Amino acid sequence: MASNQNKIEKFENIDLEIPLILEAIYQKYGYDFRKYSRSHIKRRLVHRLAISNLESVSQLQDKVLREKDFFIELLEDLSINVTEMFRDPEFYSSFRENVVPILRTYPFIKIWHAGCSTGEEVYSFAILLREEGILKRCQIYATDFNRKVLEIAKQGIYPIRDLEHFERNYEKSGGKSKLSDFYTMKYGSIKLDQSLVKKVVFADHNLVTDSVFAEIDLIICRNVLIYFNRDLQNKVINLFYDSLSSSGHLCLGSKESLKFTAKENCFADIDEKQKIYKKSLSKSCIKL
Amino acid sequence: MYKALVIGTSFGGLEALKAIIPQFPKGFPLAVIVVLHIGENQNDSFIRYLNEISQLHVKEAEDKERISTGTVYFAPPNYHLLIEADESFSLSTDPKVNHSRPSIDVLFETAAWCYKQKLIGVVLSGLNHDGAYGLLQINDLGGMCIVENPENAIAQIMPSAANKIAKPQFITPLHDIAEKINELLHSQN
Ligand SMILES: C[S@@+](CC[C@H](N)C(=O)[O-])C[C@H]1O[C@@H](n2cnc3c(N)ncnc32)[C@H](O)[C@@H]1O
Repeated sequence: MASNQNKIEKFENIDLEIPLILEAIYQKYGYDFRKYSRSHIKRRLVHRLAISNLESVSQLQDKVLREKDFFIELLEDLSINVTEMFRDPEFYSSFRENVVPILRTYPFIKIWHAGCSTGEEVYSFAILLREEGILKRCQIYATDFNRKVLEIAKQGIYPIRDLEHFERNYEKSGGKSKLSDFYTMKYGSIKLDQSLVKKVVFADHNLVTDSVFAEIDLIICRNVLIYFNRDLQNKVINLFYDSLSSSGHLCLGSKESLKFTAKENCFADIDEKQKIYKKSLSKSCIKL
Repeated sequence: MYKALVIGTSFGGLEALKAIIPQFPKGFPLAVIVVLHIGENQNDSFIRYLNEISQLHVKEAEDKERISTGTVYFAPPNYHLLIEADESFSLSTDPKVNHSRPSIDVLFETAAWCYKQKLIGVVLSGLNHDGAYGLLQINDLGGMCIVENPENAIAQIMPSAANKIAKPQFITPLHDIAEKINELLHSQN
């Protein structure tokens, strides 16, 4: 029992120290993790402690304030960049069926990928939009707060080991030709056709601290909100609501929803299962 | 006193869960939270089936959902399931842990942080070592640990690893586990 007490105390101390290090990071570097999922942050910091020979989060904080490079490493720990092409193929086929016909009626379409990571999602959408014949009419913004992943996204070069998985996803998503029509192979990598992203602006944008930058017809923000706590989810959903044109569309990740957010009633379901929503304009929403 | 029960299993898990969950009575005082490795598949139909044969409500856990007692939650396929200090869920798409997503270790570790002595952890049949380290965390923070007796488990690797690493309080044959949990609930009063 005594040893349990020591271990419990160790974790209780970590709980006390986490707000301090997050505040320090925010003050020093401007990155705001204070309202991220706390258990996610805690797992990442405990893991970092275990591999860096430090005793406590306070020591971690000391190092992070003194060494910029160490901060960059920690930033990598905290921003999870796992992604793939045509992730959740059923989502893409629903999008083709339910949203593309509406987009077709627009003369000009503005699209925002928020939290685009290394870009697989951006290329996937560009392929879909080209197959549907509307890519030319699209202006696309692809943003993330991690500059390193934006560089990879611009290049569109991905390891070949993921290819089979991407091909399978593409087929299941209702792709109209072959994925190989859109990439070339070189030195164990694939490089996506750069004409797909001719009209894409890749930019550094932090969903927590930056604001609306354009009026958007379609926002795709998948597997980002799960890393935020309820408060921050509400804030970011408000940002999306304010950015969307009237009857603009919002696409979230398969296991994300508006269900536990304040704006739940300010969007209509287009496909409830695939988390495709459409902004609705009721008075109460505009003021929320 | 106990507030939650976490269960981890992989190969042989469907059978093992079928032997345990339906035995919990209406008004069960714990939240039951399960990681079942099921590959890329969806577990909708298993959840529906288990819901039909159980007295408790069985559902998939949702991001930011508040955790209630008397409910059985399953981690969604391809996401880690984490527990927040305010007793709600978070999901994550972090890299696989022990080749698994969802990973039992991730659930157990964050559950141990949240519930400490108020937690019961159970490891059942399975084919890898996921869950062993998480169960150790539960044990370290004062929770109660039960491992299915590997001798009669469908797959022994997972319960054997958990035994070795976590030093559980109980090593129990599958069909006695529900009763063991009920005993724990009664003896605390
Ligand atoms: C798991 S990835 C999702 C990638 C892609 N949307 C998908 O679903 O496959 C999450 C991304 O969100 C980014 N992110 C996290 N917090 C952010 C923030 N505050 N502002 C902008 N991007 C953020 C991370 O850097 C990471 O690239």
